[in-house]
Amino acid sequence: MNKHTTDRLAKIWLWMSAVVIILILLAVLGYIFIKGVGALSVSFLLDMPQNNWREGGIFPAILGSLIVVVVALSFAAPVGVGTAIYLTEFRKDDWFSRVIRTASDALNAVPSIVFGLFGLALFVFYLKDYTGGPSLLSAGLTLGFMVLPTIIRTSEVAMRGVPYAEKMESYGMGASKLQTIRNIVLPGSVPGIATGIILSIGRAVGETAPIIFMVALNPTIPSSLFGSGNTLTTQLYYLAMEGISLKVAFGTALTLVLIILLLNHITRVFKKRLSRNLRRNC
Amino acid sequence: MGRFEPEKMVGRVLMLFSITAVVVLLLIMLFIFNAGLPLFTKVGVLDFLFGTRWVPSKDVYGAFQFIVAAFMVTFGALLIAVPLGLSCAIFLSEIAPRWAKNIVRPAIELLAGIPSIIYGVFALVIIVNAAHITFNLATGETILAASIILSIMVLPIIISISQDAIEAVPRLYREGSYAMGATDWQTIHRVLLPAASQGIVAGVILGMGRAIGETMAVVLVIGNVEKFPTGFLVPGETLTSAILLEMGEAVVNSLHYRALFCLGIVPFVFVLVLSVLSSRLISRNHERFE
Repeated sequence: MNKHTTDRLAKIWLWMSAVVIILILLAVLGYIFIKGVGALSVSFLLDMPQNNWREGGIFPAILGSLIVVVVALSFAAPVGVGTAIYLTEFRKDDWFSRVIRTASDALNAVPSIVFGLFGLALFVFYLKDYTGGPSLLSAGLTLGFMVLPTIIRTSEVAMRGVPYAEKMESYGMGASKLQTIRNIVLPGSVPGIATGIILSIGRAVGETAPIIFMVALNPTIPSSLFGSGNTLTTQLYYLAMEGISLKVAFGTALTLVLIILLLNHITRVFKKRLSRNLRRNC
Repeated sequence: MGRFEPEKMVGRVLMLFSITAVVVLLLIMLFIFNAGLPLFTKVGVLDFLFGTRWVPSKDVYGAFQFIVAAFMVTFGALLIAVPLGLSCAIFLSEIAPRWAKNIVRPAIELLAGIPSIIYGVFALVIIVNAAHITFNLATGETILAASIILSIMVLPIIISISQDAIEAVPRLYREGSYAMGATDWQTIHRVLLPAASQGIVAGVILGMGRAIGETMAVVLVIGNVEKFPTGFLVPGETLTSAILLEMGEAVVNSLHYRALFCLGIVPFVFVLVLSVLSSRLISRNHERFE
């Protein structure tokens, strides 16, 4: 075969691979949308389930998902951003930063079910007097551990993107390190940090395995952080696995997908703003 | 007494924050090992790793069929995802015009953001039925179905890491190749792919780690039959799906409970090794071109 014919065939294959990936995405989203759109309504989102989920809405699961995400981010966001500030502003690229970065990468790779086992052993059994055992607090903290590496990584990248010259100007005018962090580094990295936080919200809201041992499946409004509840993902698993109500299952799935699409859209907006900032700085 | 120095104090507080990641990782090891390892006072390590009978009611815990099934779904997923993902990575870094990149990149990000349970629900109906009809099986809930859905889930990570690796190859390599009259494809497969090979392998390794640790999508489609998997067209049960399904009935600190933690230790240790390996490869790939 002529080398130009081979070249053309190879390019057709490469284009096809991209098309296949787009088609896969459309198939997954389209399928969930078509099956779920019939169930979706305002009352589906805001009503209590009736008759063992066969009727009514999914309000407790929505509330539960919201609570675990808030708990997870209240832990992971300050700790993650703090870590990033420390690594970029207080440390050179030394052994300490390498240890933290390696641990963070390893944490990121830990399988989600292992987080589930860990949360079960630590929060549900070992610390049960403080967490209420299988509670929304336990679930939220487990998810917080899980998203910590994402926040560290994205915030660190964002802070390293703040132009060196701006920092030097700040020091040159006699500003202290803390003033420089507050007035230059943090404002300059807000879009990046926000992107990391939204990515983490998406991960926390979509995870099932880490919290499956910590939720109750009874559809009640959670009484407090120490009380039990369920989330969109755990409810979806239960409904799909037990085959209780496929209509409600697909309604729940579509709700989850719409949340992910919304979060994805927001990160896109932030990224655009980020690249505009960078261009302005050049 | 020294002067009050807010900078030092803030530095110390932030240092405490930054060791959290290390502490959490150590805590995970401590709690998982502490709950799991006492199993081996009653059950031999080799009996656990290579035994094929798993009967909690008789305290017999052989996990070999779960381990084999986990590696089969992982291998099957990579068999599909590596060619497809690598092609897409080459496409994005070498061939794609800007408009195509603007469609494919966000699509891959979205693919990475879709929760695993959603993939599971999709596969539960579509892929399982497709396998059922195509291969004329009694049930479509097979190792093959799990491999297919996992391959979709690991595509984004393989694409993004290999794309980075290919883009890191200096322009000089490409120009040298074109100057000798090579076509785009010859340049790609004789120059760029070999030069970026370490980064590509790192991407495959990370994809492997994700596949072996994945639970929710697998448990919904694999059939969960606790038998030694004799091929891709039979049902099976993996390490992760066994943990998920049995933890509810295990009594705390019973042998069963400990055995389930040991099922978790296997992918945990495996994934940690893969993670260290891949970050080595990625940094070596970058050092080469600096």
